[in-house]
Amino acid sequence: MTARPADVLTPTLIVGGYLGAGKTTLVNHLLRHADGRRIAVMVNDFGELTIDADLIEGADGCVLALAGGCVCCSFGSDLLGALQDVLQRQPPPDLILIETSGVALPAAVARSARLLPGLSIEGIVLMLDAETVRQRSADPYVGDLVRQQLLDADLLILNKTELCSPTTLAELNAWLPSMTTAGTPVVPANQARVPPELVLGFHADWAANPDGATGDALARWAAQPITHPITPPIAAAADRFVNELLELTAPLDPQQLLAALTTPDAGVVRAKGWLTDLAGQRHLLQQVGRRIELQPLAPDARPPGPDRLLVIGLAGVYRYGQLLLNK
Amino acid sequence: MHTTIYSARKIITMNASRPNATHVAVRDGRILGVGSLDELKGWGPHELDDRFANKVLMPGLVEAHAHLMAGGLWRYTYCGYFDLRDPDGRNWPGGRTLEAVIGQLSSSSARQADGPLLGWGFDPIYFGDQRVSRNDLDRVSTARAVGVLHASGHILNVNSFLLEKAGLLRAGVEHPGMPLGADGLPTGELKGPDAMTAAFAIVGLDRSFLSGDEFGVRAFAKLAVRAGVTTSTDLAATLLEPELDSLLSITAEDDYPLRLVPLLRLIGMTPTQAVERSVALSSRSTERLRLGRIKVVADGSIQGFSARMRWPGYFNGAPNGLWYTAPETIRDCYTLALQSGVQVHTHTNGDEATELALDCLAAALKAAPTRDHRFNLQHCQLADAAQFRRMKALDMCVNLFANHHFYWGDQHYSTTVGPERAERMNACATAQRSGVPFTIHSDAPVTPLGPLFTAWCAVNRLTSSGRVLGAQERISVADALQAITLGAAYTLKLDHEIGSIECGKRADFCVLDDDPTEVPPEQLKDVRVWGTVQGGRVFQAPQLA
Repeated sequence: MTARPADVLTPTLIVGGYLGAGKTTLVNHLLRHADGRRIAVMVNDFGELTIDADLIEGADGCVLALAGGCVCCSFGSDLLGALQDVLQRQPPPDLILIETSGVALPAAVARSARLLPGLSIEGIVLMLDAETVRQRSADPYVGDLVRQQLLDADLLILNKTELCSPTTLAELNAWLPSMTTAGTPVVPANQARVPPELVLGFHADWAANPDGATGDALARWAAQPITHPITPPIAAAADRFVNELLELTAPLDPQQLLAALTTPDAGVVRAKGWLTDLAGQRHLLQQVGRRIELQPLAPDARPPGPDRLLVIGLAGVYRYGQLLLNK
Repeated sequence: MHTTIYSARKIITMNASRPNATHVAVRDGRILGVGSLDELKGWGPHELDDRFANKVLMPGLVEAHAHLMAGGLWRYTYCGYFDLRDPDGRNWPGGRTLEAVIGQLSSSSARQADGPLLGWGFDPIYFGDQRVSRNDLDRVSTARAVGVLHASGHILNVNSFLLEKAGLLRAGVEHPGMPLGADGLPTGELKGPDAMTAAFAIVGLDRSFLSGDEFGVRAFAKLAVRAGVTTSTDLAATLLEPELDSLLSITAEDDYPLRLVPLLRLIGMTPTQAVERSVALSSRSTERLRLGRIKVVADGSIQGFSARMRWPGYFNGAPNGLWYTAPETIRDCYTLALQSGVQVHTHTNGDEATELALDCLAAALKAAPTRDHRFNLQHCQLADAAQFRRMKALDMCVNLFANHHFYWGDQHYSTTVGPERAERMNACATAQRSGVPFTIHSDAPVTPLGPLFTAWCAVNRLTSSGRVLGAQERISVADALQAITLGAAYTLKLDHEIGSIECGKRADFCVLDDDPTEVPPEQLKDVRVWGTVQGGRVFQAPQLA
């Protein structure tokens, strides 16, 4: 295991959503398709999260050891303490998923997690129960909470769509933009089965595999043709998502690229890559829905190969190559 | 079969059919009888003990909402505004100025070789508008972590060393609980649980702290003896096996003077798990450790603006607070607990949280009709008259936070809820008029353990500035004394064992130098406690200067 460069922060995602939205199902799905990533799942408590039994290899107090080097930690009322503990694990996690309690405000959790040096909070993925979200948003007790969760989200996964009629779904799709922050993409899902890269992003240990060794999803992506259906296991996703590898052949103004990526009609749901700005500084770019993090790379950081950007877009919305045309 | 008959200046029995007496006979830790010496002689050979001949005996006081942490905090430096006695009876003078508090911390720092330094009970609202910053605490030390926990439990002030160690002494910190100074760096004021936990481990307040260590369990019992308390809850325990083992063994010691009633907090487990665990715990109860009750936390606190409020919300326009437990979870917990005969106590501060708890219980009772469940609302500070009527209709009990008026009533009046609702807070008289069984509490360490002080608060409803807040909600001394004895016992389903001095009950007495029914009501808090008798064992509170 190569030590990761000091400037590489641990990518961290917040998975929020009200009770019954499918957060647990999503987490299990992601753990099953970790594809070599060492994921640390942080949960409020083991009571609410039922990790599939066949994934659990052992238990030690607040930590469950899971298949493939993943762990699940319960944090109770001390998220920061638990995060500090998990960052000190050897080997360290490639990625942290914080599953918030159903009544938590994900943005508040993100603000707290940002207090810890060492984490890069990439964004808030909010699970919604397509059947009940509208009703919940008007509930006298939790309506304000559900509405705030919607506003906090960077990326929405509209789950349980298989239980809704086409009319209901059409109404939901018309309603959601009025409840969310502009530019928040909505990804429909059935039993939380979304392409894992949508949440997990691309492999975080790219710096340890500068030549794109096997097992590196990013390298695998890079080896693919410019456009292709998203990788299995979710064959059904092929008609909902597209992806593109953008080769960034020259320095560019990051602000212009950021603006292009986050335009609501760009249809970008996830992106990762690195670029060189006009002053010659290289940056790591991570996008989750409407949120983009741009972090300058240390001079000795070793991104694999030339500047490029991997984008997952919504089929029918995302237009190939359009982002670069905006330069 | 040894019988002791204690003579007393007066025995206030709290038994309506025989309210006063002069003698009480004790056998095997229980009350054999109460009456005159002549009446009690009929029980046969006895030893007459006159040590209380000049004292007043009451039933041992029952604190139905406190935390063992009130004992554990005495490991650290007391920084409060008011004088306070420690478990051994030593008086710690209040710090009336910031300078005084810094002086106290500096003395502690000088006495302590190394490691972090923690103060508690701090309440700078009494210093006017003065804000405390890391620069103030840097005067205590720049070479060790210094943290000062506010009395409310909602703010922690820390020094620069601690911020540096937490990686927070940097520009670019963005958090609503971490105000920044003119230099763009955090001021060291950490507000709210999220911001405070960033520093907890560094000041030594890690997760295990809350579960009551051996020092804390013993120190808490000493505080109880000093306050005349013979039974107390620990209202939010985790009750994991090591903690349970420790509680079982300490409370079994011959000289442990307290009956503890720890409640299992519904956190880190599903309602099913909590109810199953409670049923299992219940069978492990002992005479001095009573297990098998659940605590649910519905919302946050009013002064922390995290309580859930109904319309029109906070007086100062602050946004509504937070749910700490999901409504569905509360309802499921109630239903399962009713089915298994487990009692649930629910923390509700704001009136919306109270409304939710009432709705959840109404639904749960439809699913699992149960009589005499005695589910409790804890704090329940803002309930209005209609909600008290619903509590009555649902057979609920309530435990009101009388002490809050004295310490934060002025803030509630001016800022959090405004005059009208501040006057109805902790409405003991409304509870009584509505026929809701009620008790009153300290929530120690949030406010000091002392049921007689709590009774004084409910009788007088004075704030620290001297305002009478809600005169219509004052109750009589007799009713307040009932609330801290038999009333509290009833809410815990222990009224058949404790709460009054009558034949068959536990020999638990609060031993007083003064008669609380004779002193002027405004002096109720000054009634002197000599100590306690618990299960027939005599415990005198240490008398130090």
